[in-house]
Amino acid sequence: MSQPPASPTTVAEPTAPGQPGPSPLAVRDERWQIRVRGLHKSFGVQHVLRGIDLDIERGRTNIIIGGSGQGKSVLMKHLMGLLRPDAGQIWVDGEDVVAFDDREMGRLRRKFGMVFQYAALFDSMNVVENIAFPLIERYKLSRDEIMERVRDLLRKLDLADVAGIEQKVPPELSGGQRKRVGLARALIDRPEILLYDEPTTGLDPVATKNVDEMIRRTSDEFGVTSVVISHDMASTFRIGDRISMLYNGTIVVNGTPEEALASRHPALREFVETSGLVAPEANGPA
Amino acid sequence: MSEADSADSAPNPSAVERRMRGVLDLLALPLRALFSYFGDHALMLGQALRGLGYRPFRLRLFLEQMNFIGVGSLWIVGLVGFFSGAVSAQQAITALRMFQQERFVGATVGISLAQELAPVFTGLMITARAGSGMATELGSMRITEQIDALTTFAVDPIQYLVTPRVIAATLIMPIMTMVFNVVGLIGAYLFAIYLENIDLGQFIEQFRFWTDPKDYIIGCSKAAVFGVTLSVAACYQGFNVRGGAKEVGLATTRAVVAGSVSILISDYFLIDAFHILWPGKS
Repeated sequence: MSQPPASPTTVAEPTAPGQPGPSPLAVRDERWQIRVRGLHKSFGVQHVLRGIDLDIERGRTNIIIGGSGQGKSVLMKHLMGLLRPDAGQIWVDGEDVVAFDDREMGRLRRKFGMVFQYAALFDSMNVVENIAFPLIERYKLSRDEIMERVRDLLRKLDLADVAGIEQKVPPELSGGQRKRVGLARALIDRPEILLYDEPTTGLDPVATKNVDEMIRRTSDEFGVTSVVISHDMASTFRIGDRISMLYNGTIVVNGTPEEALASRHPALREFVETSGLVAPEANGPA
Repeated sequence: MSEADSADSAPNPSAVERRMRGVLDLLALPLRALFSYFGDHALMLGQALRGLGYRPFRLRLFLEQMNFIGVGSLWIVGLVGFFSGAVSAQQAITALRMFQQERFVGATVGISLAQELAPVFTGLMITARAGSGMATELGSMRITEQIDALTTFAVDPIQYLVTPRVIAATLIMPIMTMVFNVVGLIGAYLFAIYLENIDLGQFIEQFRFWTDPKDYIIGCSKAAVFGVTLSVAACYQGFNVRGGAKEVGLATTRAVVAGSVSILISDYFLIDAFHILWPGKS
């Protein structure tokens, strides 16, 4: 049986570069919050991103999957402006952020919160200082106001019951607690977009399920747009509203979980089948 | 004439010329690396100083670094200072006794401590203790993405991490040098008076007569420059770590080596500079 040609489940819109006049993507879209077109990035001779076209849906949980070393984290760092692309455009709410200077980039980053793979909590600070850090850096709030917001988040993320949590320093926290403190720090300034870099890496199955629920609940309760980098297929189909697959530097699949499961792209099939979600050569969930 | 013809007629470099170019390239390689090394450090220093120009001024971080570099190094600087003073006195007495001039030991030790021993030894001690600590801390922050996290909060990591360390090291080094001077003189005094039976009045009188504030100004100025070089070397190595724990260890080693070597090299040029500025005093 011959394999049909691999193609994304959604058709990319015409690429803006080279077209005369302003790009049709340079306006705020009610559905798509982040739009990426023709993104290229190389490190030396290594061409990591080879023309990424990607749409991130507003208020939804968008999962980007892909094997190790495929450039998922590189792509995420581009979304937040931590890396500059060699070519291509990124629009966030209709603004082309690639052309931003440092000051504008600072303003852009306030829209984002990022949950790092290993939480990236500041070792020199306790839990409260870590969570409050963005507020202390950005605003002149009283200690009471800061503490109120920190404690509110600790409650919402089920951390308030942990004995002495406020004064604990990162090495005293479990993996799951660190992730939640990292999430609290990302959420404290009420971002519009939350980026998660492989949030379940290194966690046991129960902690993984808890983190999945936390991401889902955060998306629903806070109404944020979530972008999750993952290679955990079970988590991906548990929490994802949209699934994109990064393979060989391009997005080869971009659609709903149902569309992703129905995709015949060999790389995605291999991912899905080896994770046990579907039987080999079957189209439905196992 | 066709292009091919002109290419054919272009003079080919002779074997000697090619070899000369190869040798020049080979010689240029370390030179290029040296310029790149100093250029990168100068760039980081420039960025750190630029961080002073805008808010917030991060006084708390600055004081924390003063505490870490200064107060934390007090014991080691005092210990090394005491024995350096005592050993200097011992050496000076041995040499001066040949001419029956051991009464000059206070002046000899005082001047050598003020201008040379105190700033250089303090710099080396601070590099070993605080410079290595800075490189390790920043390197660990880099590999655990804490520096990336700062950037995501729109915080300039250079202004947050490097500026307080460089400024603190620059300001604390002269103070620590003066601590070294005082403790070193106590060591020299105890050794000379109680073990070598040097006359107390002569020791103090010769010290007061031959040393003057310029010696201490020279020493403290050098110490401030050493503070800049050691902190920039440490921050640069830590900030640019890539990889894992092994690279953090290597960066720490490089920070100590670079800091120590830069102190000794800059010491030579500073002596020359002060010799021109204050003839006869350096």
